[in-house]
Order: sequence, then C-alpha cells, then structure tokens
Amino acid sequence: MTSREQRRGSGIPPVLLIPAGLALAFLLLPLVGLLVRTPWADLGTHLTQPAVLEALRLSLVTGVIATAVCLVLGVPLAWVMARAEFPGLRLLRALITLPLVLPPVVGGVALLLLLGRRGLIGQHLDDWFGISLPFTTTAVVIAQAFVAMPFLVIAVEGALRGADRRYEDAAATLGAGRWLTFRRVTLPLVAPGISAGAVLCFARALGEFGATITFAGNFPGVTRTMPLAVYLTLETDPEAAIVLSLVLLLVSVAVLVSLRGRWVSGASS
Amino acid sequence: MSISKPPSLASRSRIAVAGAAILLLTLTACGSDEADDQETDEATAAGGGASEVTGDIAVFAAASLTDTFTELGEQFEAAHPGTTVTFNFAGSSTLAQQIIGGAPVDVFAAASPATMAQVTDEGLAEGEPTVFVRNRLEIAVPAGNPAGVSGLEDFTDEDLIIALCAEEVPCGAASVRVFEAAGLTPAPDTYEQDVRATLTKVELGEVDAALVYRTDVMVAGDSVEGIEFPESDGAVNDYPLVALAEAPNADGAQAFIDFVLGDAGREALGAAGFDLP
Amino acid sequence: MTASGSAPTQPRDRRDAAAGGGVAAQLRISRGEFHVDVDLEVPQGQVVALLGPNGAGKTTVLHALAGLLRLTDGSIGLAGRVLDDPAHRRFVPAEQRHVGMVFQDYLLFPHLSALDNVAFGLRARGAGRGAARATATRWLERVGVLEHADSRPRQLSGGQAQRVALARALATEPGLLLLDEPLAALDAATRLEVRADLARHLREFGGSAVLVTHDPLDAMVIADRIIVLEQGRVVQDGLPAEVARAPRTDYVARLVGLNLLRGAGTGPMVALEAGGVLHVADPVDGPVLVAFPPTSVTLHRRHPEGSARNVWQGTIAGLEQHAHTVRAQVAAPGHPAVLADVTPSAVAELDLAVGAPVWLSFKATDTHVYPA
Repeated sequence: MTSREQRRGSGIPPVLLIPAGLALAFLLLPLVGLLVRTPWADLGTHLTQPAVLEALRLSLVTGVIATAVCLVLGVPLAWVMARAEFPGLRLLRALITLPLVLPPVVGGVALLLLLGRRGLIGQHLDDWFGISLPFTTTAVVIAQAFVAMPFLVIAVEGALRGADRRYEDAAATLGAGRWLTFRRVTLPLVAPGISAGAVLCFARALGEFGATITFAGNFPGVTRTMPLAVYLTLETDPEAAIVLSLVLLLVSVAVLVSLRGRWVSGASS
Repeated sequence: MSISKPPSLASRSRIAVAGAAILLLTLTACGSDEADDQETDEATAAGGGASEVTGDIAVFAAASLTDTFTELGEQFEAAHPGTTVTFNFAGSSTLAQQIIGGAPVDVFAAASPATMAQVTDEGLAEGEPTVFVRNRLEIAVPAGNPAGVSGLEDFTDEDLIIALCAEEVPCGAASVRVFEAAGLTPAPDTYEQDVRATLTKVELGEVDAALVYRTDVMVAGDSVEGIEFPESDGAVNDYPLVALAEAPNADGAQAFIDFVLGDAGREALGAAGFDLP
Repeated sequence: MTASGSAPTQPRDRRDAAAGGGVAAQLRISRGEFHVDVDLEVPQGQVVALLGPNGAGKTTVLHALAGLLRLTDGSIGLAGRVLDDPAHRRFVPAEQRHVGMVFQDYLLFPHLSALDNVAFGLRARGAGRGAARATATRWLERVGVLEHADSRPRQLSGGQAQRVALARALATEPGLLLLDEPLAALDAATRLEVRADLARHLREFGGSAVLVTHDPLDAMVIADRIIVLEQGRVVQDGLPAEVARAPRTDYVARLVGLNLLRGAGTGPMVALEAGGVLHVADPVDGPVLVAFPPTSVTLHRRHPEGSARNVWQGTIAGLEQHAHTVRAQVAAPGHPAVLADVTPSAVAELDLAVGAPVWLSFKATDTHVYPA
C-alpha cells in the first residue's frame, strides 16, 4: 500500500528525464562559464569598490521599491482580472503582458514618450509641478515596475483563479464585508501565488537594463544600477564585468532565497 | 455568484526563481554559406581590385558608421558582382568582444584606437590598422535649442539637463578629453551607453544638450541641431580599419578596405560629416 | 457581543413555536433549465432536514437562504425582516443576514487556527480581539475541541473540523443556521458520535435550523421535521416518524426501506397502478399509497398456503447482500416489482438466483395504507 503510493509519488516517466536534464544544463552551464572565467583573487577588491557598492545598493533599494509598487497596484489589478467579467477581458490580458514581449529599450522609449519632459503626461508634470522624471531614481523604479509588473499580475491572477471562492462565501456568512474578506481571507489564501509573483517581479526588476538606461539614464548613485554598471564595465574590462555580474548573481540569489523563505513561512505560520 | 466549485487542491506550485543579470553576448552569426562561385566578368567597373572577389564579406563596424557603410556596401556589391557584404553594427567594444570571442569576421572598423587595440593586442589583426576617418564631437541640442545652449561652458550648468556618452565608450572618452582640454567640469545627468542612445535623448527633447559626433548630428535630421565648438579640435577620434588574421574571406576583406579607402569611400564618408585624414 | 453560553432550552414541540421568530420563504430560483420552487416555513427553534437526491435543489435552497444566491422570484423573511424580495428590489447580502452556515467540507480558513476561525465571525461583526477570542474559546470548549484551539484546520480530524465549523457558525448567534451535509465527509465510526453531538447542539440552539442531507438516518436523528425535495419541488413534508412510515415517493420509500405501491382503493381491496389487486387491512376509498417492509414479504418455491392474502408469482430480478439479510427484487408481469428480505439460508434452501421463478406472499395486516 505505502510502497505503491511511494511509487506513484515518484513516477516520473524516464522519457522526461532527458529533456529535463538538458533544460537544467542549458540554464546552469552559462553560469558555469561565468564562474570558470571569474578571477577569484580580485573578487574582494571589486566587491569593496565604492562604485560597485553604490550600484548594488541602488539596485536593491529600487528593486524592493519597484516590487512594493507592483504589489500595491498589481494585486488589485489581478483581482479585477480574475473576478470581473466584462467584454475585452481577453484583450486586456494580452495588453497587460505586452511589457513582457516588448524589447525593454522600446519600453524605455515608450516611458519617455509618456512621462518624459515632452511626454504626454510628463510635459504637464513639468509645467505644473516642475517635476521631471527622467534621470531620477524614481524613473529607475518606474522602469523596473513597468517591465516587472506583468510577472506579478499573471502569477497572482492565476492563484486567484485557482483559489476556492467558497471560502469567500463562508466569510460572508460570518458577517465579513468584501474588503475584510479580501484582506483576511482571499489574500492569505493566495499568499503563495503572491510571493511567487513578487519573487519573479523582484528578480526581473533587479536584472532590468534596457528600459532603465533608456528612461532613467545612467548616473552613478542616482540611476546606475548593477546591470548598467555591468554593461559599461564590459566595454572596457570584461573580467571586472564578470565579477560584477557574479556579485549581482550572488546577492540576488541570497535575497530571493531569504525573502521567499520569509514569505512562505509567513503565509503558513 | 457561484454555488460550488470543486475544492482546489490547495498546494500552489512553488516557483523558485533566481534572478541573474547575465549579458549574453549574442554572436551575430554571419552565415558564410559558400556563395556559388560564379566567375565574374573581368569587365567590372572602377574602384575594384584586379583579382576576382566573390563570396560573403563580414564587416563589423562601429555604430556611428551605420549609414555610410550600409551605402558603401551596396556600392561595393554593385562594383563586385558575386559578393555579399554583411554588416554587424554595434558599439566598438561590443564588437571587439565578439571578435575576441571567435566571431568569423573579415573586416573590423572601430570608432577608437583603444577598442581596436583590444583586437590587435590579441594578435587577431592582419597587419597594422589604418585610420580611415576622423570624427569630431559636436554639441547636439533639440530643435530650436530651447535652453539656449551656446558653447561648452553651458555643460557646467547644474540647471540644464545634460547627457554625455559613458567614459567606457569611445565618444565618452573623447568627451572627457574635450573637457580636460577646456579645463571644464561638466555636470551631466546621465552617461549614455552609446552615442546613438545619447542622440535619442536629444531627439526626444529629454535633455537640453549632449556631446555627440558630428556625423550623428547630420543623420539625425531636423529634430536635432548641431553647434560646433572650437575645443573639439582637442579630441578628434580616429577610426581605425583592419582586416582580420583569420578572415574567412581574406581577398574580400582587402577589397572592401581598398574600396573604403578609395574615392567612393572618401566621398561617402566626407559627405556624412567625417574628417578625412 | 455576548457569548451565548447558556442557550435557552426550547419546548420540544417546536411546531407551536412563535412563528414571528422563524423563517418564512417562498423560494423561486431559475437557472437555465433548473428550477426551484419551494415554500419553506421554519418556526424559531425548529430543526428541518431537507432530504433529497443529488440535484434536487437542496444546496440551492441553502444558498438562497444564506444570501449567496439571489432569488428569481418570491421572498425570504427571517424574524420579520425581509432578506430577499426581487419584486421589491430588496436583497440583503450574506454578510448582513445573521444567517450562519456550516459547509459540506467545512471551509475552515486554512491560514487561521481553530480559535481564530471561530473568532473570525465575531471580529467581522465588530467584537474586539480579546472579547472575540474569549467567546471563541467558550464555543470550542462547548463543542469539545478546546485542546485543538491552536491547531490549523489541516491538522484536525474530520470530526474535529466539523465541530470547529459548527462552533464558528454558532458563535455569531445567527437567527437561522444552515448546514450543508454536515456529516457527509465523516467516516462511519466518527459519524455516529458527531451526529449525536450535532443533534444536541441544534436542540440547544435557539434559532431555526435547516439541514441538508441525503442520509435518512441523519434526518431522523437530528431533525424535528423532514422536507423531501425532488427536482426542485417539495414532495413530502412531515415529522420524521411520518415520513419513515408513510413515504410519498419512490425515492423516500427507498431511503426508508419500504415497498411503496400506488393504487385506487375500494373497501379492503386496492387496484394497483402497476397491475394486480392488493388486500389491505383497513378499508379505503380513492387513490392511495400502500407501504410495507421487505421483511414482511415471504418467498416460496411453490404456491403457498396460509393466511397471507397477497400472493403472486414472479421471477427474481436481482439479489443484493445486506448486513444480515439478502434483499431480493421480484418482478412479475401484471404486478408491481416488490422487494423481499430473506435470510442467506433461505436463499440456499429455495435455490434463489436471478431468473429463478418464485412465489411471494405478504399479509394484508402488514401493509400501511394512506391517501395519495
């Protein structure tokens, strides 16, 4: 009985193992290439350079803020898409995924055309409030949120669609209004989906390059995030660039693992 | 309002994701399928060498050469039937990395001696590079010059929004030399990754002024105005050109270089705003 | 919010309970081809079981009462308050109804402890955190799962989860309590105990209760009154004992384990719809139903002689092993099909098998005849 269940639990068709192994190799071997070429001796020197720390700090701060922005705006959007029924929903879903397929540089130009000094909205921001977004840290966050939000919305929408809506019925019979039900029942139920979405979102924001350099520009301490630093270093010093990417890689993995652990345990404790 | 849905199997798929910023250098494949070696007429028109040149010629050229080289490539193909010139335009350092990485290339045209040196230092060049044009910097402002920029001194104005090329790319390095020669400390708001990106910011009106190559101002058209400044003499950028040691089509490489250095090349490059040596 | 630590005990005869406090509903719901048309009155303090086959509309009725589904027509009133009345554009949403519900698979919130599940409704209705938890604690104690207060729902057994769900629904002191198959998810052993406890808690609960089930035993033990639904309509409404003794449809007869025949009575004789004539003990006239238990039917190899007045020949159409008896279905042309319970040894003696010819007999005095 148990042995049969165990067999069923691990019943992976062998034919899947080959492509699975290839996929794993495909994803990991480029990283191995990076590791092999890494001048380990110089690692410490590069790590402690103020410019590197500055870019790293900027990347982490903007990545976290962009993820927070995506959560605050993206979860409600996901909720509407999962629950509302209206004509054009399919079209809307396709449009929301647009930033995923748009080359990031084009996304950056699009942001400039909207929020730039001469952009549709940006010109009024400039005229009325004297606010100019390009070349500011805010612009970095906007660029990151723009490219990363679809990841969150898609993940959370999927979780909401998969969630059992009868829990919301149960909450209603207990006297909970919609807002309370959303906060205390729906959100905790889809917490795993939200955390998965947030992790994807953060990862995408951290690696964001094209939209950032186009919309926010590149200035040390203000808009030069790690990917920009890596790219420019690559122009002159490929080895240093490898070290920088490795630093970004390690920090990302560390942050993702710790954040994910916290979110998942937070959702279930 | 739904009545009942089957209870979901609660466990959501756990997606673990690691973010990695890996810049994959896409090696632009220059498919060198051996073009049918059709015997070319010996009666080919002017400019070309005497020896019959055929097949694909892969040219890696600095982004600032995009328009001129595309035009020259067409002229070359017309002059040498049976040849196909394939271009890869990108930042010079990116191109240098791709060549060092083993890209099958016949000709490399860089926007600075420094990027060319990356290739020659690896022993990948056939002979010494030739400087075929020089490019000088020019101040680019949006059409109408809304901020009233008049000279290099305006680049020190904190209130203006200024874009410069990043030091790591040739136009940025040239900018640094210009400001050093002029004894000025610029106050830029962004260091762009290449000269085209810098120019885009000007075209969109997002910056009040930028330093770009004169050739870029010329191709930008009406949306950008160029302002020449005397200090540009202090940082003229040399563009070296070389055939590669492992060129798949060595004859083709030499023929193309000869063509660029010849009358047709000089005419096209001069018209595009390059200084001719 | 006060804890209902000691609910007043209601008089047993709840039919006389004040109608003002109970539920009065005319439920008309149309969803595509499916129609529900049920009039329901549940006095305060009464426990009604809605019995019916799958798809009869039992859960639809509950959802309409709970406010999870809007009526197409008709109305729902609870303690004099109109909850739903489409004709007058009135609809009170679920969260404002004070109607509690125990769901079939309980739907305890998986991210909350048992205690917080019970406290949820109290918090939603404005109780402070401390007060809600104190009340919830008392309710957990009352249903006997206090030691699991800090457990997550997935750590609870079926019986424990059911008790927590009951406590959660009762803690908000609803005027009407709805239970959707509250025992269906339990195994047989647990079920017996939980059923008895549920019956006790519902007796102590002061409001009206509607329980959906398809298990007649649950209905008999727990409910004061049984309403049988078939295809969205009420087919029988009565005290459990009445329903058990005098089923009105084949479905109910099968549930309570009786043969049910239809016919027209003339004195001591009933002409059956399916053919043949029955002798009955009490003289009747007009359309009637005749019920008698399978245990009162005797099977024979040859034509029996004796006092039994109802005798005919047929063939065995089916044999089904029950706990200690074998239930045989006897089909006969010109007569209705009849179930007979025999012992396994009788099966052997009579050499019963599907297709075997048999005589059946039952006494007129074993039949219960009532107007259709």
